[in-house]
Amino acid sequence: MEIKAPIPQIPVPFWKDVKDLQEWETHHQRRPDAGDKHSALFEQITEGLHNFPGGFALTTVADGFFNWARKSSVWPVSFGLACCAIEMMATFASRFDVERLGMVPWASPRHSDLMIVSGTVTIKMAPMLKRIYDQMPDPKWVVSMGSCANSGGPFRHGYHVVKGVDRVVPVDVYVPGCPPPPESLLNGLLLLQDQISHFRRTGQRAEPTPKVD
Amino acid sequence: MTPDRARELLATVEGVALTSAGAAIVAQVDPAHWAGAARVAKEAIGCAFFSFLTAIDWKEQGLEIVAWVDNLDAKISIELRTKLGAGVAACASLTAVYRGANWMERECFDMFGVRFDGHPDLRRILLADDWEGHPLLKSYAVDTPHPPYR
Repeated sequence: MEIKAPIPQIPVPFWKDVKDLQEWETHHQRRPDAGDKHSALFEQITEGLHNFPGGFALTTVADGFFNWARKSSVWPVSFGLACCAIEMMATFASRFDVERLGMVPWASPRHSDLMIVSGTVTIKMAPMLKRIYDQMPDPKWVVSMGSCANSGGPFRHGYHVVKGVDRVVPVDVYVPGCPPPPESLLNGLLLLQDQISHFRRTGQRAEPTPKVD
Repeated sequence: MTPDRARELLATVEGVALTSAGAAIVAQVDPAHWAGAARVAKEAIGCAFFSFLTAIDWKEQGLEIVAWVDNLDAKISIELRTKLGAGVAACASLTAVYRGANWMERECFDMFGVRFDGHPDLRRILLADDWEGHPLLKSYAVDTPHPPYR
Protein backbone atom coordinates (compact mmCIF):
# COMPACT_ATOMS: atom_id res chain seq x y z
CA MET A 1 0.00 0.00 0.00
CA GLU A 2 1.55 3.25 -1.11
CA ILE A 3 0.93 6.22 1.13
CA LYS A 4 0.96 9.51 -0.72
CA ALA A 5 2.55 12.56 0.80
CA PRO A 6 0.12 15.38 1.71
CA ILE A 7 -0.19 17.98 -1.02
CA PRO A 8 1.12 20.65 -0.79
CA GLN A 9 4.03 20.10 1.55
CA ILE A 10 3.42 22.49 4.40
CA PRO A 11 6.42 23.67 6.39
CA VAL A 12 6.45 22.32 9.91
CA PRO A 13 4.71 24.92 12.04
CA PHE A 14 5.86 26.13 15.40
CA TRP A 15 2.92 24.45 17.15
CA LYS A 16 3.77 20.95 15.99
CA ASP A 17 4.56 19.82 19.51
CA VAL A 18 1.34 21.14 21.00
CA LYS A 19 -0.54 18.24 22.56
CA ASP A 20 -3.61 19.90 23.97
CA LEU A 21 -6.34 22.10 22.53
CA GLN A 22 -6.15 24.62 25.36
CA GLU A 23 -2.41 24.89 24.89
CA TRP A 24 -3.06 25.41 21.21
CA GLU A 25 -5.49 28.23 21.92
CA THR A 26 -2.88 29.98 24.04
CA HIS A 27 -0.31 29.64 21.26
CA HIS A 28 -2.82 30.81 18.75
CA GLN A 29 -3.69 33.97 20.64
CA ARG A 30 -0.02 34.90 20.90
CA ARG A 31 0.60 34.35 17.21
CA PRO A 32 2.39 37.34 15.65
CA ASP A 33 0.67 39.46 13.05
CA ALA A 34 1.09 38.25 9.49
CA GLY A 35 2.58 41.64 8.57
CA ASP A 36 2.39 43.96 5.61
CA LYS A 37 1.07 42.78 2.31
CA HIS A 38 3.17 45.21 0.23
CA SER A 39 6.22 43.95 -1.50
CA ALA A 40 9.56 44.87 0.03
CA LEU A 41 10.66 46.79 -3.06
CA PHE A 42 7.58 48.94 -3.08
CA GLU A 43 8.16 49.55 0.62
CA GLN A 44 11.69 50.82 -0.04
CA ILE A 45 10.61 53.13 -2.85
CA THR A 46 7.86 54.59 -0.73
CA GLU A 47 10.22 54.97 2.21
CA GLY A 48 12.69 56.89 0.02
CA LEU A 49 9.97 59.15 -1.33
CA HIS A 50 8.63 59.74 2.15
CA ASN A 51 12.01 60.96 3.43
CA PHE A 52 12.45 63.31 0.48
CA PRO A 53 11.56 66.95 1.41
CA GLY A 54 7.86 67.34 0.88
CA GLY A 55 7.62 63.75 -0.22
CA PHE A 56 5.32 62.73 2.63
CA ALA A 57 2.49 64.67 1.04
CA LEU A 58 2.98 62.74 -2.17
CA THR A 59 3.06 59.36 -0.43
CA THR A 60 0.00 60.15 1.65
CA VAL A 61 -1.92 61.19 -1.43
CA ALA A 62 -0.65 58.14 -3.28
CA ASP A 63 -1.71 55.90 -0.41
CA GLY A 64 -5.17 57.39 -0.45
CA PHE A 65 -5.41 57.02 -4.20
CA PHE A 66 -4.22 53.43 -4.22
CA ASN A 67 -6.52 52.54 -1.35
CA TRP A 68 -9.45 54.09 -3.16
CA ALA A 69 -8.56 52.08 -6.24
CA ARG A 70 -8.13 48.89 -4.26
CA LYS A 71 -11.34 49.15 -2.33
CA SER A 72 -13.32 50.04 -5.43
CA SER A 73 -12.46 46.88 -7.27
CA VAL A 74 -12.27 43.97 -4.86
CA TRP A 75 -12.81 40.81 -6.84
CA PRO A 76 -13.80 37.83 -4.77
CA VAL A 77 -12.71 34.46 -6.06
CA SER A 78 -15.79 32.33 -6.57
CA PHE A 79 -15.06 29.63 -4.08
CA GLY A 80 -17.79 28.03 -2.04
CA LEU A 81 -17.34 25.39 0.63
CA ALA A 82 -20.68 24.59 2.24
CA CYS A 83 -24.17 25.94 2.88
CA CYS A 84 -22.82 29.46 3.46
CA ALA A 85 -21.95 29.44 -0.23
CA ILE A 86 -25.68 29.53 -1.03
CA GLU A 87 -25.98 32.82 0.83
CA MET A 88 -22.79 34.02 -0.84
CA MET A 89 -24.26 33.23 -4.25
CA ALA A 90 -27.40 35.14 -3.29
CA THR A 91 -25.19 38.09 -2.37
CA PHE A 92 -23.47 37.89 -5.74
CA ALA A 93 -26.77 37.67 -7.60
CA SER A 94 -28.87 40.54 -8.85
CA ARG A 95 -31.07 41.05 -5.80
CA PHE A 96 -28.22 42.10 -3.53
CA ASP A 97 -25.81 42.82 -6.33
CA VAL A 98 -22.28 43.26 -5.06
CA GLU A 99 -21.29 44.63 -8.44
CA ARG A 100 -22.41 48.04 -7.29
CA LEU A 101 -19.54 47.82 -4.79
CA GLY A 102 -17.16 47.01 -7.61
CA MET A 103 -17.00 43.32 -6.77
CA VAL A 104 -17.04 40.77 -9.55
CA PRO A 105 -17.02 37.12 -8.54
CA TRP A 106 -14.15 35.77 -10.57
CA ALA A 107 -13.44 32.15 -11.32
CA SER A 108 -9.68 32.40 -11.06
CA PRO A 109 -7.61 33.04 -7.95
CA ARG A 110 -4.90 34.61 -10.13
CA HIS A 111 -7.14 37.60 -10.85
CA SER A 112 -8.80 37.90 -7.46
CA ASP A 113 -8.20 40.05 -4.40
CA LEU A 114 -10.61 38.57 -1.91
CA MET A 115 -11.38 35.08 -0.70
CA ILE A 116 -14.70 34.56 1.05
CA VAL A 117 -14.33 31.39 3.09
CA SER A 118 -17.95 30.30 3.06
CA GLY A 119 -18.39 27.19 5.12
CA THR A 120 -16.80 24.44 7.14
CA VAL A 121 -13.12 23.90 6.46
CA THR A 122 -12.20 20.28 6.98
CA ILE A 123 -8.66 19.18 7.66
CA LYS A 124 -8.66 17.46 4.29
CA MET A 125 -9.79 20.66 2.54
CA ALA A 126 -7.43 23.05 4.34
CA PRO A 127 -4.37 22.44 2.08
CA MET A 128 -6.47 23.19 -1.00
CA LEU A 129 -7.80 26.37 0.60
CA LYS A 130 -4.25 27.39 1.46
CA ARG A 131 -3.18 26.68 -2.10
CA ILE A 132 -5.94 28.89 -3.54
CA TYR A 133 -4.96 31.64 -1.11
CA ASP A 134 -1.31 31.31 -2.14
CA GLN A 135 -2.28 31.60 -5.80
CA MET A 136 -3.92 34.99 -5.27
CA PRO A 137 -1.69 38.00 -5.94
CA ASP A 138 -0.94 40.51 -3.20
CA PRO A 139 -2.59 42.54 -1.80
CA LYS A 140 -5.28 40.04 -0.86
CA TRP A 141 -7.93 39.85 1.77
CA VAL A 142 -9.92 37.10 3.42
CA VAL A 143 -13.46 37.27 4.75
CA SER A 144 -14.39 34.44 7.08
CA MET A 145 -18.09 33.83 6.57
CA GLY A 146 -20.23 32.01 9.10
CA SER A 147 -19.67 30.23 12.38
CA CYS A 148 -17.86 27.26 10.85
CA ALA A 149 -15.20 29.36 9.17
CA ASN A 150 -14.92 31.62 12.22
CA SER A 151 -14.43 28.97 14.87
CA GLY A 152 -15.55 25.56 13.66
CA GLY A 153 -19.12 26.36 14.65
CA PRO A 154 -21.36 23.40 15.51
CA PHE A 155 -18.65 21.04 14.25
CA ARG A 156 -15.98 22.45 16.53
CA HIS A 157 -15.77 19.23 18.51
CA GLY A 158 -15.70 17.01 15.46
CA TYR A 159 -12.52 15.14 14.67
CA HIS A 160 -12.15 16.45 11.12
CA VAL A 161 -12.83 20.20 11.31
CA VAL A 162 -10.33 23.04 11.35
CA LYS A 163 -11.40 25.11 14.35
CA GLY A 164 -11.44 28.43 12.56
CA VAL A 165 -10.03 29.27 9.16
CA ASP A 166 -7.66 31.78 10.77
CA ARG A 167 -5.52 28.76 11.59
CA VAL A 168 -4.91 28.35 7.87
CA VAL A 169 -4.95 31.87 6.37
CA PRO A 170 -4.97 35.36 7.96
CA VAL A 171 -8.51 36.71 8.17
CA ASP A 172 -9.49 40.37 7.83
CA VAL A 173 -13.23 40.36 8.51
CA TYR A 174 -15.28 37.81 10.42
CA VAL A 175 -18.97 37.62 9.52
CA PRO A 176 -21.02 35.86 12.23
CA GLY A 177 -24.13 33.82 11.59
CA CYS A 178 -25.15 30.29 10.71
CA PRO A 179 -25.38 31.01 7.86
CA PRO A 180 -25.10 34.79 7.65
CA PRO A 181 -27.85 36.25 5.50
CA PRO A 182 -26.76 38.23 2.44
CA GLU A 183 -27.27 41.47 4.36
CA SER A 184 -24.71 40.32 6.95
CA LEU A 185 -22.21 39.39 4.28
CA LEU A 186 -22.77 42.73 2.54
CA ASN A 187 -22.13 44.45 5.85
CA GLY A 188 -18.93 42.46 6.19
CA LEU A 189 -17.86 43.40 2.67
CA LEU A 190 -18.52 47.08 3.39
CA LEU A 191 -16.46 46.74 6.57
CA LEU A 192 -13.69 45.23 4.48
CA GLN A 193 -13.82 48.15 2.04
CA ASP A 194 -13.62 50.52 4.98
CA GLN A 195 -10.64 48.59 6.28
CA ILE A 196 -8.94 48.70 2.87
CA SER A 197 -9.43 52.46 2.65
CA HIS A 198 -7.40 52.77 5.87
CA PHE A 199 -4.67 50.48 4.56
CA ARG A 200 -1.26 51.90 5.53
CA ARG A 201 2.19 51.04 4.32
CA THR A 202 3.38 50.78 7.91
CA GLY A 203 2.54 47.12 8.13
CA GLN A 204 0.07 47.80 10.92
CA ARG A 205 -3.54 47.24 10.14
CA ALA A 206 -5.58 50.34 10.78
CA GLU A 207 -8.49 50.13 13.20
CA PRO A 208 -11.59 50.00 11.03
CA THR A 209 -14.18 52.66 11.71
CA PRO A 210 -17.43 50.79 11.22
CA LYS A 211 -19.54 53.50 9.67
CA VAL A 212 -21.72 50.95 7.99
CA ASP A 213 -22.93 49.25 11.16
CA MET B 1 -38.85 -17.90 0.78
CA THR B 2 -40.62 -16.89 3.95
CA PRO B 3 -39.17 -15.41 7.17
CA ASP B 4 -39.85 -18.69 8.98
CA ARG B 5 -37.98 -20.67 6.34
CA ALA B 6 -35.13 -18.16 6.56
CA ARG B 7 -34.95 -18.72 10.30
CA GLU B 8 -34.79 -22.47 9.82
CA LEU B 9 -31.99 -22.12 7.28
CA LEU B 10 -29.98 -19.73 9.41
CA ALA B 11 -30.39 -21.92 12.49
CA THR B 12 -28.65 -24.78 10.71
CA VAL B 13 -25.49 -22.69 10.24
CA GLU B 14 -22.82 -23.38 12.80
CA GLY B 15 -22.07 -20.57 15.25
CA VAL B 16 -25.30 -18.63 14.70
CA ALA B 17 -27.72 -17.69 17.49
CA LEU B 18 -31.02 -16.19 16.35
CA THR B 19 -33.03 -13.47 18.02
CA SER B 20 -35.42 -10.98 16.59
CA ALA B 21 -35.82 -7.21 16.60
CA GLY B 22 -38.96 -5.87 14.95
CA ALA B 23 -39.34 -7.27 11.48
CA ALA B 24 -35.68 -8.18 11.09
CA ILE B 25 -34.02 -11.47 11.94
CA VAL B 26 -31.00 -10.85 14.12
CA ALA B 27 -28.26 -13.42 13.79
CA GLN B 28 -25.53 -13.28 16.40
CA VAL B 29 -22.65 -14.93 14.57
CA ASP B 30 -19.43 -16.36 15.88
CA PRO B 31 -16.51 -14.46 14.25
CA ALA B 32 -15.11 -17.68 12.81
CA HIS B 33 -18.34 -18.30 10.85
CA TRP B 34 -18.91 -14.69 9.77
CA ALA B 35 -18.41 -15.16 6.03
CA GLY B 36 -20.21 -18.52 6.07
CA ALA B 37 -23.34 -17.03 7.63
CA ALA B 38 -23.29 -14.23 5.05
CA ARG B 39 -23.01 -16.78 2.25
CA VAL B 40 -26.05 -18.65 3.56
CA ALA B 41 -27.95 -15.36 3.80
CA LYS B 42 -27.15 -14.51 0.22
CA GLU B 43 -27.29 -17.81 -1.60
CA ALA B 44 -29.84 -19.85 0.38
CA ILE B 45 -32.14 -17.11 1.64
CA GLY B 46 -31.70 -14.78 -1.32
CA CYS B 47 -30.66 -11.62 0.56
CA ALA B 48 -28.97 -10.07 -2.45
CA PHE B 49 -29.11 -6.49 -1.23
CA PHE B 50 -26.23 -5.52 1.04
CA SER B 51 -27.58 -2.58 2.98
CA PHE B 52 -24.74 -1.54 5.26
CA LEU B 53 -21.85 -2.68 7.41
CA THR B 54 -20.57 -0.82 10.42
CA ALA B 55 -19.05 -1.38 13.84
CA ILE B 56 -19.90 -0.58 17.44
CA ASP B 57 -17.24 0.13 20.03
CA TRP B 58 -18.35 -1.48 23.32
CA LYS B 59 -15.19 -0.19 25.03
CA GLU B 60 -13.70 -2.97 27.22
CA GLN B 61 -15.88 -5.64 25.56
CA GLY B 62 -14.29 -4.85 22.23
CA LEU B 63 -15.76 -4.16 18.82
CA GLU B 64 -18.93 -5.56 17.31
CA ILE B 65 -19.46 -5.67 13.56
CA VAL B 66 -23.01 -5.19 12.29
CA ALA B 67 -24.13 -5.92 8.75
CA TRP B 68 -27.63 -5.67 7.34
CA VAL B 69 -28.77 -7.60 4.27
CA ASP B 70 -32.19 -7.71 2.64
CA ASN B 71 -34.17 -9.99 0.40
CA LEU B 72 -36.23 -7.30 -1.29
CA ASP B 73 -38.58 -9.69 -3.10
CA ALA B 74 -39.60 -11.71 -0.05
CA LYS B 75 -39.19 -8.72 2.31
CA ILE B 76 -36.77 -10.52 4.60
CA SER B 77 -34.19 -8.48 6.51
CA ILE B 78 -31.31 -10.12 8.31
CA GLU B 79 -29.06 -8.30 10.74
CA LEU B 80 -25.75 -10.11 11.10
CA ARG B 81 -23.79 -9.24 14.21
CA THR B 82 -20.49 -10.55 15.46
CA LYS B 83 -18.55 -9.65 18.58
CA LEU B 84 -14.84 -9.62 17.85
CA GLY B 85 -13.88 -9.71 21.52
CA ALA B 86 -11.67 -7.44 23.59
CA GLY B 87 -8.51 -6.23 21.92
CA VAL B 88 -9.28 -7.87 18.58
CA ALA B 89 -9.44 -5.64 15.52
CA ALA B 90 -9.56 -8.24 12.76
CA CYS B 91 -12.53 -9.77 11.02
CA ALA B 92 -13.23 -11.89 7.98
CA SER B 93 -14.13 -9.91 4.89
CA LEU B 94 -17.51 -10.23 3.20
CA THR B 95 -16.25 -8.96 -0.16
CA ALA B 96 -16.09 -12.48 -1.59
CA VAL B 97 -19.83 -12.83 -0.91
CA TYR B 98 -21.06 -9.27 -1.40
CA ARG B 99 -19.19 -6.92 -3.73
CA GLY B 100 -21.02 -4.04 -2.07
CA ALA B 101 -19.17 -4.75 1.15
CA ASN B 102 -15.96 -3.40 -0.35
CA TRP B 103 -16.37 0.30 0.41
CA MET B 104 -18.33 -0.35 3.61
CA GLU B 105 -15.42 -2.35 4.98
CA ARG B 106 -12.98 0.33 3.88
CA GLU B 107 -15.02 2.90 5.78
CA CYS B 108 -15.17 0.60 8.79
CA PHE B 109 -11.40 0.25 8.64
CA ASP B 110 -11.08 4.02 8.30
CA MET B 111 -13.26 4.85 11.27
CA PHE B 112 -12.70 1.88 13.61
CA GLY B 113 -9.42 0.35 12.49
CA VAL B 114 -10.89 -3.09 11.85
CA ARG B 115 -8.69 -5.09 9.50
CA PHE B 116 -10.80 -7.20 7.17
CA ASP B 117 -8.89 -10.31 6.17
CA GLY B 118 -9.30 -11.07 2.51
CA HIS B 119 -10.30 -7.56 1.50
CA PRO B 120 -8.78 -6.75 -1.93
CA ASP B 121 -8.03 -3.06 -1.34
CA LEU B 122 -8.07 -2.18 2.33
CA ARG B 123 -7.07 1.47 2.68
CA ARG B 124 -8.66 4.65 3.98
CA ILE B 125 -11.67 5.86 2.04
CA LEU B 126 -12.82 9.11 3.71
CA LEU B 127 -9.92 10.46 5.72
CA ALA B 128 -6.59 11.56 4.31
CA ASP B 129 -3.94 8.91 3.77
CA ASP B 130 -1.68 10.43 6.42
CA TRP B 131 -4.34 10.49 9.12
CA GLU B 132 -3.34 9.06 12.47
CA GLY B 133 -5.81 7.04 14.50
CA HIS B 134 -9.37 5.90 13.92
CA PRO B 135 -11.76 8.64 15.01
CA LEU B 136 -14.93 6.69 15.78
CA LEU B 137 -13.23 4.57 18.42
CA LYS B 138 -14.24 5.57 21.93
CA SER B 139 -10.58 5.84 22.86
CA TYR B 140 -9.94 8.51 20.21
CA ALA B 141 -9.60 11.93 21.79
CA VAL B 142 -11.47 14.45 19.67
CA ASP B 143 -9.17 17.24 20.74
CA THR B 144 -6.08 15.37 19.53
CA PRO B 145 -3.94 17.94 17.72
CA HIS B 146 -3.67 17.23 14.04
CA PRO B 147 -0.86 19.48 12.85
CA PRO B 148 -0.69 21.88 11.20
CA TYR B 149 -4.33 22.89 11.28
CA ARG B 150 -5.71 21.72 14.60
